[in-house]
Amino acid sequence: MRPLQQCCAWLRAVIATPRPMRAGSAFRSLPLAWALTLAALGAGASPLKAYTVYVTNEKDNTVSIIDSSKLEVVKTIKVGQRPRGITLSKDQKWLLVCTSDDNTVQVWDTETLALVKTLPSGPDPELFILHPAGNPLYVANEDDNLITVVDVGESRVLAEIPVGVEPEGLGISPDGALLVATSETTNMAHFIDTTTHAIIDNVLVDSRPRVAEFTPDGSQVWVSAEIGGKVSVIDPKSRQILAKIAFEIPGVTPDAIQPVGVRISRNGKLAFVALGPANRVAVIDTATFKVEKYLLVGQRVWQLAFTPDDKLLFTTNGASNDVSVIDVEKLRVLRSIRVGRYPWGVVVARH
Amino acid sequence: MPLRRDATLNPGASTRLGLAQGLLCCCLLLASPFAFPAMAASQQAAGEGLARQQVAVLLARERRDLPPPLSLLDMPAADDAVAGAQLAINDNNTTGRFLKQEFSLEVIQAEAGDLLRDVEARVRQGVSFVVLDASPPTLLALADRLKDRNVLILNAGANADELRAEACRRNVVHTAPSRGMLADALAQYLVWKRWRRWFLVAGADPDDQAFADAIRRGAKRFGAKIVQERTFTLEPGNRRADGGHEQIQEQMPAFTQNVPDYDVLLVADEAGQFGDYLPFRTWDARPVAGTQGLVATSWHPALEQWGATQFQNRFFRLANRPMRALDYNVWVAVRSIGEAATRAKSTTANDIIAYLRSPEFELAAFKGRKLSYRSWNGQLRQPILLATPKLTVTVSPQPGFLHPTSELDTLGSDKPESPCKAYASP
Repeated sequence: MRPLQQCCAWLRAVIATPRPMRAGSAFRSLPLAWALTLAALGAGASPLKAYTVYVTNEKDNTVSIIDSSKLEVVKTIKVGQRPRGITLSKDQKWLLVCTSDDNTVQVWDTETLALVKTLPSGPDPELFILHPAGNPLYVANEDDNLITVVDVGESRVLAEIPVGVEPEGLGISPDGALLVATSETTNMAHFIDTTTHAIIDNVLVDSRPRVAEFTPDGSQVWVSAEIGGKVSVIDPKSRQILAKIAFEIPGVTPDAIQPVGVRISRNGKLAFVALGPANRVAVIDTATFKVEKYLLVGQRVWQLAFTPDDKLLFTTNGASNDVSVIDVEKLRVLRSIRVGRYPWGVVVARH
Repeated sequence: MPLRRDATLNPGASTRLGLAQGLLCCCLLLASPFAFPAMAASQQAAGEGLARQQVAVLLARERRDLPPPLSLLDMPAADDAVAGAQLAINDNNTTGRFLKQEFSLEVIQAEAGDLLRDVEARVRQGVSFVVLDASPPTLLALADRLKDRNVLILNAGANADELRAEACRRNVVHTAPSRGMLADALAQYLVWKRWRRWFLVAGADPDDQAFADAIRRGAKRFGAKIVQERTFTLEPGNRRADGGHEQIQEQMPAFTQNVPDYDVLLVADEAGQFGDYLPFRTWDARPVAGTQGLVATSWHPALEQWGATQFQNRFFRLANRPMRALDYNVWVAVRSIGEAATRAKSTTANDIIAYLRSPEFELAAFKGRKLSYRSWNGQLRQPILLATPKLTVTVSPQPGFLHPTSELDTLGSDKPESPCKAYASP
């Protein structure tokens, strides 16, 4: 039964969203092929663990829930309007979702999938990051040039930090001392002391910075610039730019290479950068800053998330309404999973 | 240019125009708080180190006797262009706050003669950036008067192709898209849509004829065929298209009768004097595109892609109205100055102008890709929106129209064909 269902789902996808052929679609048209791949993966030394993957669907006002062992959507829940940024509480009991058009952050119970409460977030929350200690939550208010600091337990705004025009990306150092916020129209990474909430420095990066991501050892922060088409690697101590990574893909116009999501493996060796309408994820060796490979995924790829064992990487492909699954060890795209319309953010739970 | 419509036949419209002009005057008075900081240059010289460095931007608008548009919805706001400049100044200053750079705005709105005199006076006082919304003759006169000064004029209002061609000036860059870019954007989409047979209806005004020329060129470039051309004549006092809907309902079908089979009617009516009468009134059931119907434009008040929502919201909060194309063109001009100052890490005119013209310059401007200035004529390369009054339909360049360096250069005058000599010699 399953191959047939998959086949129909694929047909529906093709009818709903006409799109050019790409390598990943071979798996789609041949359910057997991916089934075999999964079986091969499962038969190996390390079977796929069952993690729960949560994906916000910006246009559907839903969150798709994927079982990482089956690589299929097991449930879809209705959330608030325009869900974008998504994360989990430290104990993983709560799922936090930026519901941008409701001007709130919604808190969902990961066990019961019931709405627990809403947090005050300031207007138009887009992305946020949790302090490594589990509290507070830092929210980028894209429409208000502010970072709002929210106490998650008490549902209370602790502080507002004025930054540049259209703040978006947020990264926090592993020790929680330093917050990095990017502002899209000011083109800066603002370095903020989390104790005093004062901006200690501003680093000018390329146009429209979207995401800031610290390396696991805290020695670097990687900032993607969507329109500039580059990733800046910044030393958070000296705030000097250590490297600028550019991308070149044969047959893809430079303007279409728009880096957004950045994730670095837990061992710190590989960085993955989502390249937006280039429909690729770049794999970068963090030691040399060299792009090792471009992986073809769905259309307008934006955000990324690893499974806790770093074996799989999930990508949200906004324009093709799917999530691509990357085998991190083999650096291959395993398959794509159809989710809701305009998938935006993704987070993976430990269980 | 005098009012082409008989004012007595349209008293409401002329009253509205009067009101609009009155508001423009108010606006000028209101603009005085942003007044030019006296002797910016000397402040700069004295203000080394930690002091904020000033960049003064002058927005100069020529007052023209333009005929009122057909639709009330198209009435320009009193702060048309000015609000776009103010938003860009605010954006520049938010960035500037972190870099100790400060941008100020002064607005001059006057008739051609006064405008030239006043702008020149400000330039003598040290202004180096003039964002201009003026007719082509005024633009050329100003550019020639300022040609030996260290001044950059940013043309946000004039779409004439000749300003980017034979009549181009080295001290002018253009944020307003040219007619050629607009017509090419339309042509690409219509050809992509396989609506290749066009019926061209142009007004008799030279501007309309120039737009019709651009349409003809676009048809040739992208493989469409103009099956028929007609000129819509509107003489002062001629009530042909005035009055209520009853007459228009009779006149427009008659005017569009007996045309060889066509796919789409292309209208060239830049001042908006008759084009909006065409949709739903053509003899044959055909869509209308051009200056009305499906229009090509640099901006649309309902665009929400590419993070534009926040941009639209910021504008609305500032001006209490939606953003129009002129506001956007001015915003891009003032932001270009800010972006160049940021990247050049300098507030001196030489550094800013040099960076703005350099291949390194790029501006994020809510169009999904970076914008920059063409090295062969100073034209801003940018995607062009095709839109109905309510929504964006598509964005050109269209898929499949390829270019060796940038697809954006499939719109308007490309390097090999550019007749602009002022930019050719360094």
